[in-house]
Amino acid sequence: MTEPTGQRDPDPLSFFQDRFDLDDKRLATALDTALEREVDYADLFFEYATHDSVALEESIVKSGSRHIEQGVGVRAQAGERQGYAHSDDITVESVQLAAKTARAISQRSGRGGSVALAKTGASARDLYAVETPPTEVPVERKVDLLGEIDSYARSLDSRVKQVMASAISQHRQVLVVGSDGTLSADVQPLVRLNVQVVACDPRSGAREIGYQGMGGRFEFDRLCLVDEWKPLVDEAVRIAIVNLDSVPCPAGTMNVVLGPGWPGILLHEAIGHGLEGDFNRKQTSAFSDKLGQRVAADGVTVVDDGTLPGRRGSLNVDDEGTPTRRTVLIEDGILVGYLQDRLNARLMGMQPTGNGRRESYAHIPMPRMTNTFMLAGEDDPAEILASIDDGLYAVSFGGGQVDITSGKFVFSASEAYRIEGGRIGAPVKGATLIGNGPDVLTRVSRIGNDLELDRGVGTCGKDGQSVPVGVGLPTLRIDGVTVGGTAG
Amino acid sequence: MSAGTPVGEHAREIVTRALASAASAGANAADAVMVESDSLEARVRGDEVDFVSQAREHTLGIRALVGGEGGFRSAITSTSDLSSPAVERMAREAVALANATACDPAAGILEEGFATDDPDLELFDPIDLEVEVDDQLRDAFAAEHAARQTDPRITNSEGSQVGAGHSRIAYGNSAGFFGCYETGSHSLFSEPLAVMDDSKQRDYWMTVARRRSELEAPASVGRRAAERALRRLGAKPIATCEAPIIFDSITAPSLLGHIAACVNGYAVYRETSYLAERQGEIIASELITIIDDGRLPGRLGSKPFDGEGQPTRRNVVVERGRLESFLLDGYSARKLGTQSTGNATRGAGSLPTAAPTNLWLEPGDATLDEIIADTGRGLLVTELIGMGFNPVTGDYSRGAAGLWIEGGEIAFPVEEITIAGNLNDMLASIDAVGSDLTWQSRIASPSLRVANMTIAGA
Repeated sequence: MTEPTGQRDPDPLSFFQDRFDLDDKRLATALDTALEREVDYADLFFEYATHDSVALEESIVKSGSRHIEQGVGVRAQAGERQGYAHSDDITVESVQLAAKTARAISQRSGRGGSVALAKTGASARDLYAVETPPTEVPVERKVDLLGEIDSYARSLDSRVKQVMASAISQHRQVLVVGSDGTLSADVQPLVRLNVQVVACDPRSGAREIGYQGMGGRFEFDRLCLVDEWKPLVDEAVRIAIVNLDSVPCPAGTMNVVLGPGWPGILLHEAIGHGLEGDFNRKQTSAFSDKLGQRVAADGVTVVDDGTLPGRRGSLNVDDEGTPTRRTVLIEDGILVGYLQDRLNARLMGMQPTGNGRRESYAHIPMPRMTNTFMLAGEDDPAEILASIDDGLYAVSFGGGQVDITSGKFVFSASEAYRIEGGRIGAPVKGATLIGNGPDVLTRVSRIGNDLELDRGVGTCGKDGQSVPVGVGLPTLRIDGVTVGGTAG
Repeated sequence: MSAGTPVGEHAREIVTRALASAASAGANAADAVMVESDSLEARVRGDEVDFVSQAREHTLGIRALVGGEGGFRSAITSTSDLSSPAVERMAREAVALANATACDPAAGILEEGFATDDPDLELFDPIDLEVEVDDQLRDAFAAEHAARQTDPRITNSEGSQVGAGHSRIAYGNSAGFFGCYETGSHSLFSEPLAVMDDSKQRDYWMTVARRRSELEAPASVGRRAAERALRRLGAKPIATCEAPIIFDSITAPSLLGHIAACVNGYAVYRETSYLAERQGEIIASELITIIDDGRLPGRLGSKPFDGEGQPTRRNVVVERGRLESFLLDGYSARKLGTQSTGNATRGAGSLPTAAPTNLWLEPGDATLDEIIADTGRGLLVTELIGMGFNPVTGDYSRGAAGLWIEGGEIAFPVEEITIAGNLNDMLASIDAVGSDLTWQSRIASPSLRVANMTIAGA
């Protein structure tokens, strides 16, 4: 609320220069300090982010919150070593001090010299320009939206007992200054709407939760469009009601159909993490040394693409200033690519792929996914379902996890059904799928023509750092998946 | 509460300014939290330093409450800029934001019952401030080398990581309470890889303490991590079946975590917990007694007062299977028509909420080996992955890895399976509790055996 409302800042670089009195000369001097030791690379990462949220329960918005996060991280790299220091105080003095701390990673004195910064500041493209930063949208509009959602959800079904909804806005400005002359700034809006309902069956006393969310890097006002939020509420209520009648999930190995969109979390857990450069450089991934080998069935192509306009996982530049791109990970079943940040790319003799991300200035960058999805195939989704006599149809998932080294992954369905005689049968509760990353996509037998990306709610955790991501999948049939339930 | 020290005076000054700013901006009540911290993290891998990261941070959070018809409107703002103009601006923003929310009859700060004592909880050892980065790196290398020297099959690692932190936490409110305390946090973590033929396995061991002198010896951390990775080599799925499941003292705390989520006051008043209406009822086997105590000396969840200034205390959550108490802060207590249990937790930028302090399950007499010998045929679970627990229904289904037990002995390692049941049935059928209570976080448990669960496998 302290920033001028209205236009996007024309140049995020001048934002930092004006607000914190950091001109090119001072930035270069800080890098020169780091380079007084023998280091391969040094960078400064400035961040100024505003977050706000309002939350509703029991039909009222009980509280709001607003945070300003600002700080600088200074990094020095020497070989495999990284020194990092960060401070929430953005001053020339604190940046200098942090540079001295970070360079301590190297004991040897360096070549010295002076860093010449590139002239270009803002990124050449903007995947997510907004008229109004989401944190500048009047809070009353957010409160009203949640109120409408509550009334609508309760009007849909008398079994809806609780509605919890929240609207979260973020406006993040970053500046990366690197010892190779990199000077890169970005403005990253992010919005999210969450709707959770609790439904109760008055006859059986059964109680279930339904959740749906949506978001991305776009105007907050889009969330206020009836055509956007009503389908979301419809879905949350539908899932809760469906689950009231759910039966125990079978246990054992079966053929599984994954619905389109969010079930792409399979790719994120089973494949994506194992292809991050750090694990492969260290040879700790189940995918280490598998480049060029078959890891999926014919027809399976998986990409990571940070350049999709407005998506939650997209970025103009990553948190090391590298422009994002589309990286093919698996091409027609063959492993062809890894996700790289600068450090691991350099050590592996590869190119950075624009996947160097960090949660905030207080964190060291790591190779991370952006939007990870499988390209569409040719099969009709209805025919894929009809092709299974006895199996499981999993439509939505809660979360997942992977053991990078053994490759074993798991993810938990929040909406799933039995498939009986090629038709969708009873909803099942608590289905967990488990498998082996390098193996699971070799069991893909049908790929739908209906690729969908998720609605923009994914958050990925790694080494204690959370970053927003996206996933996507066409309807997919996988044979012989282990399903963890309680029924025989 | 070291309010008389220079550190305490500095925090008191800022918190007082925040409360005054909120009042002059129109708040009828307010509270403020200030957290200042210094931290160091370093990881080594093989013979090389992987990274060293150092930080100094401070955050102030202000909650403003504005009285309205039959309740309060409230909002929170936070900032790392502690200058007077910034604090005043954040206080004004908190009031403005609060005015946009609805009146909530249950909202408000607590007016009485504040902590008045100053127990020595051994949360911080001043000598730890003198530890140099090189000392920290030496510990990490000692763990890393011990892990690698355990066995020739330990050929790689994700590294060994050391962490040290020092925090000062201050809380004050418009009802006149002010308190502050200092905590230390020290940890050492090692994650080696064991490789044999086609099998590649990782595992970890860690030690965490408030004072560095309380940490397990680095070489022991590395060795135990290596032994855990080695015993997973050659793991395979087993056929789908039903069997007794032993959770070791590393995986059993996750069950306590699920219980903690279900006895949390917020889940109770929202009726999003299967235990919401079970207070006073038997919810677990009579072998189960669960305590929450915020005043255990030196423990990670200990603090002299909670996030609303209430004294922390000992709460018996489950006694011999009977659900005695929920874990409540002021808000959830008001919603349930009762009193706070001293379980408020509060970050600088978030509303108070209820959370366990130190939560543990009282140990029994048997060693883990004795429980294994007594089991005959079953599964010892040593790692769980995934988030397959539904607190509303108690339905439980998670990915697992562990060791198969045949004839009362460890037979072979198992992976790529799930275990499933319903927490209500699982707790009722716990038929063995070990003596090996292990503290690696604020929630701790000894080994436990659940009489029967469904295993899904090959």
